[in-house]
Amino acid sequence: MMSAMKTKIKHHIEDRHLLAYSAGALPEAFSLMVATHISLCDRCRAQVEAYDALGGAVLEAVTDSSDAGLDRALAAIDAVSPEVTPRPEPAKTGVIPAPLRDYIGGDLDAVRWRPVGLGVRQAILPTSGEATARLLFIPAGAAVPDHGHRGTELTMVLQGAFSDETDSFARGDVETADEALNHMPVADISADCICLAVTDAPLRFNTLLPRLIQPFLRI
Amino acid sequence: MPDGPAVAVRAAGPKAKKRVRSKPQELTTMEPSAEPDWPALIGRIRDHRDRDAFARLFCHFAPRIRGFMMKSGADATTAEECAQDVMVTLWRKAHLFDPARASAATWIFTIARNRRIDMLRKQRRPEPEDLGWGPEPETDQADALALQQDSARLKDAMTKLPEAQRHLIERTYFGDLSHREIAAETGLPLGTIKSRIRLALDRLRHHMK
Ligand SMILES: [Zn+2]
Repeated sequence: MMSAMKTKIKHHIEDRHLLAYSAGALPEAFSLMVATHISLCDRCRAQVEAYDALGGAVLEAVTDSSDAGLDRALAAIDAVSPEVTPRPEPAKTGVIPAPLRDYIGGDLDAVRWRPVGLGVRQAILPTSGEATARLLFIPAGAAVPDHGHRGTELTMVLQGAFSDETDSFARGDVETADEALNHMPVADISADCICLAVTDAPLRFNTLLPRLIQPFLRI
Repeated sequence: MPDGPAVAVRAAGPKAKKRVRSKPQELTTMEPSAEPDWPALIGRIRDHRDRDAFARLFCHFAPRIRGFMMKSGADATTAEECAQDVMVTLWRKAHLFDPARASAATWIFTIARNRRIDMLRKQRRPEPEDLGWGPEPETDQADALALQQDSARLKDAMTKLPEAQRHLIERTYFGDLSHREIAAETGLPLGTIKSRIRLALDRLRHHMK
């Protein structure tokens, strides 16, 4: 079992995104990214729960003295049978953390990859339209040539590793790329690299992807 | 307030006594709390399906949930439905509340937030992998108490923020800001509460092994 304890995560999700997740303001694809990352990263999970505490303080500060219908609620709880669900068992983390498994419909072997050229594959995950989530498969040693971003793109490594001009990224690490960043990620030679990538800019299928993927061996 | 200091309720019972690890004087020197002991009331729902405990929680939190929903853009009817749903959820899921990781207000906020996303935004909000629970269902009383005190201090600190800053935080949580507009600078010291939660997570991870 790949436990989160053994994963040494260097690159975390930025606080503004963790706060937005707590506040319920993230598009679904970004929430999926945060949920997947904090399944592996207790640092960011604690940060999210601290922001939840802030949400609790905001709720406490709301003033509304109107009657909210206690009698109706008492009738409602009489009608519901006591919850029998046991406390959840800790999930066994494979390569794919539980929230992402829900979107794939299983572990890695259930991913329906589509080739996008030269060994690179992707799978778009079904989320609401404000942002897009996809899995990327980059063969060992392959590169994604220099490209810029519109909007914000978060990329998290699930398996293998990649490096670019800024640093190297391994399982659990998240790279946050804004419009300012131009980079050329290269998958490590030792293993194929699988990432979750989300972006709040429209995907440029026709222009970007076919040019973009030109793997070469980095020897 | 009808309840005495929170600690009087919390220290009751042999189990509690056994599990308090902090020095006793630490517990007695805590600042007096004017609040009812919400975690204890949720515990009474969990253990005894206590309707009076539910009524007390309801009278405090349901109007706030309603107000929270209306400030988030819901109309009065929808807001009241949400408040009802959230409180019934609290009744059904009382056994999932972990006072070492969240105050009652925090836990209720998360239920209300998720309900709001369902109803107003009509999309899913993926949740992280559950860490489950240790072999002992009882959480550590001292840790739980400390977390509750941290939460009370945070609430206090928020009321003392400059108006503009507090307003910005409220707008963030009421859903007035898009994710692009949200800045992480809250002006509040969240470090203590974060390290407390981190300890609770470490303990869970330890149990998972
Ligand atoms: Zn992290």
